Amino acid sequence: MSEVIEITLRSLLVSGLATLLAALFAVPLGLYLGLKGSGRAGRAAIYAGMALPPVVAGLIFYFLFSRSGPLGALGLLYTLPAMVLAEALLAFPLIAGFTLAGAAERAPRVRTLVRALGGTERQVLPTLLVESRRVVVAALAAGFGAAISEVGAATIVGGDIRHATRVLTTAVVLETRRGNLEAAAALGAVLLGVALLVNAFLVMLEARR
Amino acid sequence: MRRLFGLLLILGTLASAGGVLRLATTTSVYDSGLLDAILPGFERETGLHVQVIAVGTGQALKIAGRGDADAVLVHAPALEAEFLRRGLGVHHRCVAKNRFLIVGPEADPAGVRGARDALDAFRRIYAGGALFVSRGDDSGTHKKERALWRAAGLVPDGRPWYLESGSGMGATLTLASEKGAYTLTDLGTFLYMRDKVRLSALFDRDDPRMLNQYGYMEVNKKRFPWVNAAGARALGDYLLRPEVQNMIGDYQRARFGRSLFTPLFGRCAVPVKP
Repeated sequence: MSEVIEITLRSLLVSGLATLLAALFAVPLGLYLGLKGSGRAGRAAIYAGMALPPVVAGLIFYFLFSRSGPLGALGLLYTLPAMVLAEALLAFPLIAGFTLAGAAERAPRVRTLVRALGGTERQVLPTLLVESRRVVVAALAAGFGAAISEVGAATIVGGDIRHATRVLTTAVVLETRRGNLEAAAALGAVLLGVALLVNAFLVMLEARR
Repeated sequence: MRRLFGLLLILGTLASAGGVLRLATTTSVYDSGLLDAILPGFERETGLHVQVIAVGTGQALKIAGRGDADAVLVHAPALEAEFLRRGLGVHHRCVAKNRFLIVGPEADPAGVRGARDALDAFRRIYAGGALFVSRGDDSGTHKKERALWRAAGLVPDGRPWYLESGSGMGATLTLASEKGAYTLTDLGTFLYMRDKVRLSALFDRDDPRMLNQYGYMEVNKKRFPWVNAAGARALGDYLLRPEVQNMIGDYQRARFGRSLFTPLFGRCAVPVKP
């Protein structure tokens, strides 16, 4: 049981940090592109990024961090920081894309409003962020969901090492492989429960702002 | 934020104080729980934390061949010899063996039970056109299966009854069970899965072609200067120690009524020469 708690905490930590890291860049980018209104190529690229297969994201970081790879000297392969980076790459297009879509729709109205109240163009972006907070929360939920639920990247860069890089999804795969289908399903239920808690927290955050 | 990073460190490197040893191995030794049973003794003695990465034999050798592991424990003698020949690994030692079995539906439509030997069994499956599930994943078991078809002078590829699962042994047994198909399996995984699948051991004999040998190699420090060569040497010594070898032989024997793994005490049943 204590091992399940350990694995659950690790899952939360990896996907939580990955979501924060991705959001740090993805939310401003989404807002900016939404405000600009143009930039179809950028939008297409971000939406296409949503199709990045987790296994491929894992392979990118595997080759980067492998001891024989360009960043091998860092010794990051099969560690949590490498997993955070891979999950962040997966969450990035989802967060940026959702933010962009929501912001683009609100941008003209927000700009008119800010101008009417005597604000400058520079004040449009922060106002847009506040006005788009529901969209941003949805974007964070999508990014977090992608990060905590995927197994391909976590397996390739993490290695599913017990007491080191095993997370809920890789544990589900292990138990399935071992034929312990009930245990695997139970771990899946834990994952969904954790996701529910995190999203309830996000929604509360949205209401308080 | 600082607290978060602290937690990350704790969760990430629970026991790295005494150093880490990375062992790339196959699912067939890990999933049976054998390593979880024998490694704690080594960790207590040396203070090293052994990080096990359980994948197919092909992938385990790939990982080690890039210097991303310190040692390997795998079961494909031909690939092991090549690994040594290319200078990627050193000091090969034979740890244990068991056997490969042909399992399939109890009704045995292809008549594998009556086969003279393993090759005859494969010929019967081929001639009978009964469904057969191949691992198709470059694992040790997959390599063995391909070698058996080759030795029997048969090419099953493209036949409608030849299915490739592309997944691990447990998943492949489940697939074969659902489809009522034959498949080749290692003894350990089959014993573990026996109660969960509707498959019978149809060819379970002491045929030299069905020998499944597990070999341990240290990754070459001359080639990959960062590997933990001392730790890898120590783990090899530990695995070959008589009392640990006996532990391997006794593992789960009471539960299954036979040994999952037979210790080799370093004496290879199939020679592995570079």
